[in-house]
Amino acid sequence: MSKSIEELQEIAKRVRRDIVTMITAGKSGHPGGSLSAVEILVELYFNTMRIDPANPKWPDRDRFILSKGHAAPVLYSVMAERGYPDTPKDQLNTLRKLGSIYQGHPDMRFIPSLEASTGSLGQGLSLGLGMALGARLDGRPSRIYVMLGDGESQEGQVWEAAMAAPFHKVDNLTAIVDYNGIQLDGFVKDIMDVAPLAEKWRAFNWHTIEINGNDAVAVRKAFEEAAGVKGKPTCIVAHTIKGKGVSFMENNPKFHGVAPTQDELKLALQELN
Amino acid sequence: MSLKTKFELKPGPATREAFGRELVELGRENKDIVVVDADLSKSTMTTYFAKEFPDRFFSCGIAEADMVGVGAGLAMSGKIPFVASFSVFVMNKGFEQLRVCAAYGRSNLKVVGTHSGISIGEDGPSQMSIEEISLACSLAGFVVIAPADEASTKALVRAAAAYDGPVFIRTGRPKAPIVYSGDQKFAIGKSVEVIGGKDVTIIANGLLVAQAILAAEQLDSEGVSARVIDMHTVKPLDRDAIARAAAETSAIVVAEEQLVDGGLGVRVAQAVAETNPCAMEFVGIHNTYAESGQPDELLDKYGLVARDVAAAARKVLSRKR
Repeated sequence: MSKSIEELQEIAKRVRRDIVTMITAGKSGHPGGSLSAVEILVELYFNTMRIDPANPKWPDRDRFILSKGHAAPVLYSVMAERGYPDTPKDQLNTLRKLGSIYQGHPDMRFIPSLEASTGSLGQGLSLGLGMALGARLDGRPSRIYVMLGDGESQEGQVWEAAMAAPFHKVDNLTAIVDYNGIQLDGFVKDIMDVAPLAEKWRAFNWHTIEINGNDAVAVRKAFEEAAGVKGKPTCIVAHTIKGKGVSFMENNPKFHGVAPTQDELKLALQELN
Repeated sequence: MSLKTKFELKPGPATREAFGRELVELGRENKDIVVVDADLSKSTMTTYFAKEFPDRFFSCGIAEADMVGVGAGLAMSGKIPFVASFSVFVMNKGFEQLRVCAAYGRSNLKVVGTHSGISIGEDGPSQMSIEEISLACSLAGFVVIAPADEASTKALVRAAAAYDGPVFIRTGRPKAPIVYSGDQKFAIGKSVEVIGGKDVTIIANGLLVAQAILAAEQLDSEGVSARVIDMHTVKPLDRDAIARAAAETSAIVVAEEQLVDGGLGVRVAQAVAETNPCAMEFVGIHNTYAESGQPDELLDKYGLVARDVAAAARKVLSRKR
């Protein structure tokens, strides 16, 4: 599937409306880090990745792992937009309710089209490395994409995997760090600064690209560049705005993990129209 | 009745050695078998596999959490990965990854812990795993296996590879006495009655199976008929064999090289309580860490030899009466 940037921007708007609506309906969830990642997931699912929603277990497919599993709403909305049969759009507002397929964090038991059950930070890149090695061993063209949070980058296991992937020379693995600058307790720079982040990935021998992760054109270009890199994995350090698209959520630590009220939802939807 | 003719208990290879050899056989038969390692292949014996199949052997360096995650990712790509390290490292440093990526994620991951228990010897307590059976059993959906000798290890490693789902296999460092001839059959979840008996039942696994056999021989000379069951699969437990033993002997000793707080003993006790409650005694490690020493010295000092198993049997018999 190939989509123009303008088409993707329209989809991104709908996804942002879904995110704030479903989190309000669920009365809990993580709006900030879902909104920051919208452009990246929309580009992956609607342009970059070789996937077939009607055949979600196609062995040669590309795979996406949301290592920062608390941003589940953006993944659910994008997969619903993309038409996966096990992510119906009309159930998005059951998020986090008993019996819902839309669990608080991505859960393959409820949505088999997901590539991993995540939610405990730090683990997705190791899984992605294993999948990249598996694809290479079988001679499959699959590319593996793993999205990490900037706060998540404080987890030691991230750097175990970051050390191992270039050692194994996997060029079918791309990490994306959603560098939105905020974690649960406040600003990342105040809790445990991860800067300089791009330099860290470069030092670990990754092909490293720094972009504005809310700029759809830049996001597309970065994935195109990553696809051409040989002999090493790529890390895209994506500078994003937490809560992007809703003025009172932008760069506001409160909306890391707090649901909007009904009044806030109204304001948010007005801005997102 | 002379049991000694049946069980010579000759020294055999370590169960880790048996694992490493069988892994190569499996690798020859199935190209989907892969191995992920954390710098201990010469100790876990995955080095044999690495030498024959270098393209299917992945080093993670000294990074057990990453090793488990990479293994799970390979499993999710259709491979049958074995990840191996000392039990103490893979289970403690990799536990959360085992929980999220292997158990909850239900990956087809095979986890092999070597150098289990205090019989690792001279390296001392930081390397001694005395809680991994308890930890492994607390991973929902895991199969947990602790084989006694070479033949049972090879058969159960093979069974684990054929099983679709996460498995933990506990192996040891020292030479393991040979309990079984090559024609004994093993299946996951099906215990082996090593010796028949009617007065008391000794349920053991790992190195304690040989000690249970020696204890049964001693008890036999005292006129006590002891049944010995090798409970090589700790989860799922062979509840039928346990219920039968409880009903028929009304006295059970459980013997294991593990903290008694959460290992085989408590799981057997639960099955006994739920079926045919009877008197029980527990041979294992009691609320302590061991020390450096030779394996045999340590097993003796920490109460894990035939003498201790026989004493527990006499005690449970006195309570039965």
